[in-house]
Amino acid sequence: MKRYLIFFMLTVFALTACKDKPQLTAVAGNGNGADGPDYGDTLVEGSIGEPSILIPMLASDTASHNVSGMIFNGLVKYDTDLSVIGDLAQSWDISKDGLTITFHLRKDVKWADGVEFTADDVMFGYKTIIDEKTPTAYKEDYLQVKKAEVLDKYTFRVTYDKPFAPALTTWGSLVVLPKHLLEGKDITKTEFARNPVGLGPYKLHKWVPDQELALESYKDYFEGRPYIDRYIYKRIPDPATMFLMLRTGEIDTMSLTPLQYTKQTDNEYFRKNFNKYRYPAFQYTHLAFNLKHPYFKDKLVRQAIAYAIDKNELVDVVLFGLGSPATGPYVPNTWPYNPDVKKYDYNPEKARQLLKEAGWEDTDGDGLLDKNGRPFSFTIFTNTGNKLRENTATIIQWRLAKIGIKVEIRKLEWSTFINQFIDKKRFEAVLLGWSISLDPDQYDIWHSSKTREKELNFISYSNPEVDELLEKGRRTFGIEERKKAYFRIQEILAEEAPYIFLYVPDATPIVSARIKGIKPSPIGISYNLPKWYVPKRLQRHTMEP
Amino acid sequence: MLTYLVKRFFEMIPTLLGITLISFFIIHLAPGKPTDVFSELNPKITPEARERLEKYYGLDKPIIVQYGLWLKRVVKFDFGESFSTDRRPVMQKIWDTKQPLLERKLFITFMLNLIEMIIIFLIAIPIGIFSATHRDSLYDRITTVSVFIGFAIPSFWLALLLMMFFGVYLDWLPVSGLKSLNHDSLPLAGKIMDRLRHLVLPVAVASFGGLAGLSRYMRSSMLEVIRQDYVTVARAKGLPENKVIYRHAFRNALLPLITLLGLSIPGLIGGSVIFENIFGIPGMGQLFFNGVMGRDYPLIMGILTIGAMLTLLGNLLADLGYMLADPRIRAK
Repeated sequence: MKRYLIFFMLTVFALTACKDKPQLTAVAGNGNGADGPDYGDTLVEGSIGEPSILIPMLASDTASHNVSGMIFNGLVKYDTDLSVIGDLAQSWDISKDGLTITFHLRKDVKWADGVEFTADDVMFGYKTIIDEKTPTAYKEDYLQVKKAEVLDKYTFRVTYDKPFAPALTTWGSLVVLPKHLLEGKDITKTEFARNPVGLGPYKLHKWVPDQELALESYKDYFEGRPYIDRYIYKRIPDPATMFLMLRTGEIDTMSLTPLQYTKQTDNEYFRKNFNKYRYPAFQYTHLAFNLKHPYFKDKLVRQAIAYAIDKNELVDVVLFGLGSPATGPYVPNTWPYNPDVKKYDYNPEKARQLLKEAGWEDTDGDGLLDKNGRPFSFTIFTNTGNKLRENTATIIQWRLAKIGIKVEIRKLEWSTFINQFIDKKRFEAVLLGWSISLDPDQYDIWHSSKTREKELNFISYSNPEVDELLEKGRRTFGIEERKKAYFRIQEILAEEAPYIFLYVPDATPIVSARIKGIKPSPIGISYNLPKWYVPKRLQRHTMEP
Repeated sequence: MLTYLVKRFFEMIPTLLGITLISFFIIHLAPGKPTDVFSELNPKITPEARERLEKYYGLDKPIIVQYGLWLKRVVKFDFGESFSTDRRPVMQKIWDTKQPLLERKLFITFMLNLIEMIIIFLIAIPIGIFSATHRDSLYDRITTVSVFIGFAIPSFWLALLLMMFFGVYLDWLPVSGLKSLNHDSLPLAGKIMDRLRHLVLPVAVASFGGLAGLSRYMRSSMLEVIRQDYVTVARAKGLPENKVIYRHAFRNALLPLITLLGLSIPGLIGGSVIFENIFGIPGMGQLFFNGVMGRDYPLIMGILTIGAMLTLLGNLLADLGYMLADPRIRAK
């Protein structure tokens, strides 16, 4: 049920800049032996979901993207400081008007079947993704391209109609496909989808559906052979079982829940055998109001509710302290994040006072605020299957009861929730989460033109200044200029409180202590996976080829 | 006899059609569409793109036309392609001919259920008979209480406790899955041992939960039979109690179990999602559950149709079983 996470601008899982002070902690570190990097061993990751397709542009779930991300590379990628660096492209030039990007590709890259990688492969991928017959969710960015050309074997150029700041980052791994294997074939029907040939650090070795998917290292990978020979995704659909398997050593790495991170792994065994990592995830949880609803049209009411919720309490209780209060739609300490916006520190007195100003008072002494004879009561909708959100809603319910607002909580299955309530705007308030893209463009969420059915501004937010700033932000390339626009947007959002931004949770992976070479960064730990290694004396698995 | 069979067989066809028609409409009533996985809350999808996707999946046609198209394929035993992103044929998801037999979903679920069913029958029938012949004794009470405990305990909870005890604490048995990581490098005997070791916990948990129903049926059916005149006659003849019970009473007491057996045939291909998730068993339960969650209509319909066919077949077999076991029915 984490689908929403994947969607919001999934292009890459790395993002924005975090130059100030990366909030990173590697807990328990017994990884400083004198052992150098050795080849060999197998890393087993527990995975709740099963990948369904390994062509990045056709995939729509996290598991598929995780695996295909190991098999395919893009022209560009995000560096650990969240700047964009070359991957298959050695360098690129952006024309002065921001309309043309020319990529210069690396010359030493081979597909896993030995054929050379050239600009034709990028062109082929681009043509496939814009093809009407390709069922992909990521077409839109590429339809903005006015012209794409192959200048020579190693040069690829795209031209846009209008300057589009997020353009560069769209040339990630979605559009690189081996032309020599796929030309003239129906991409949805080919064997390639489940048995791909890529050029990334790993290639598919064996896939037993719903059990395990084994990758093996690609020895001629252009950045050097990965140290760990095998990477296995073991499908374990139940989180409790997965944790037991971590305990027995059957898997080496998984994501921990807050409870597992703070309590269940807080013992000698785990300290000795595992390393835990912690860094802010690129997502936030929020309470969104339907701004068409008579109660929530009033800014004072929204601000009052913001004052009545204790965000620190939510972080402490729901996340066991593994997260931070959110003040806007960006991750703290990344470049678009504005730390100086209006913060709503917990203040029930102030909340009551604002509500009084808005005309809400307890006139009949029943403990509930009322106005024109109607008591203040509303329903918070959220989806089933997300324990953190359910707990958050319950705490909010309790806090709001204290200032005289009656809250009902209704949990709905995801599809029903979205189709019947969000899309039709049949809700008063919803508790949801967004994942945050690395590029700060959030046009689709806040622009007043995006309020039709199935569009993302489902709260019907409309502010001419925000509209203008959003437009400006995506048409400007200079980081300072963009920063100004996004800083101002956050000020306005904080003041108007269309959402109450609740918290940014931490990602909390755990990895077996025998794996060395992990260097935590703001974009997580897996970015340098090919450089992870296990010293010979600690290697656990040897496998027949 | 043969004409009866043929008649019964042809009677099944309209029933099956009715089942598929109703199922088809009901699953389309659920809010949401298979394309949601691409388009929900996705800023990069325009209304035109959504329409294109819906057209691609044939969802733009009226539902009755969709049913007609589906039916046209199914009479040729073609369940179509799954609507999930991998677009694999439904049959391949259920019965993947590219994988060894042991890894095919239907086979895994079928074998697991079969083993479980055999174990349940082997244990529950003696328990039931013994409880009946020693009615209200201490033994009867103990077994009754314990089978009901098995029935009442949530299987996921028992499963986790056993996994912790045998898997983590004692480290005797693997926690989950069907085979170990190094399975492929084991010799044949090792491979078999490896698979058996993985089966112990799931089979034990599932069987424990299933004992109650069958043993109670067996007990009450036995009690009824023991009261019959012919048992009294057998005893009056001076037959030893053993012979009375196992030769005369037992066969007659088994009759209601034939119905149960027939009814459990469709259950052989169904799996419980919770159970499969806990033990990491890639079976039909998970497949169906994910199909429903993703509104994967062809997959849902495929599994439902196979299930419906097996249910009808199970009923037919049960009737046949009766005919074989009970001369009174044969005579009619």
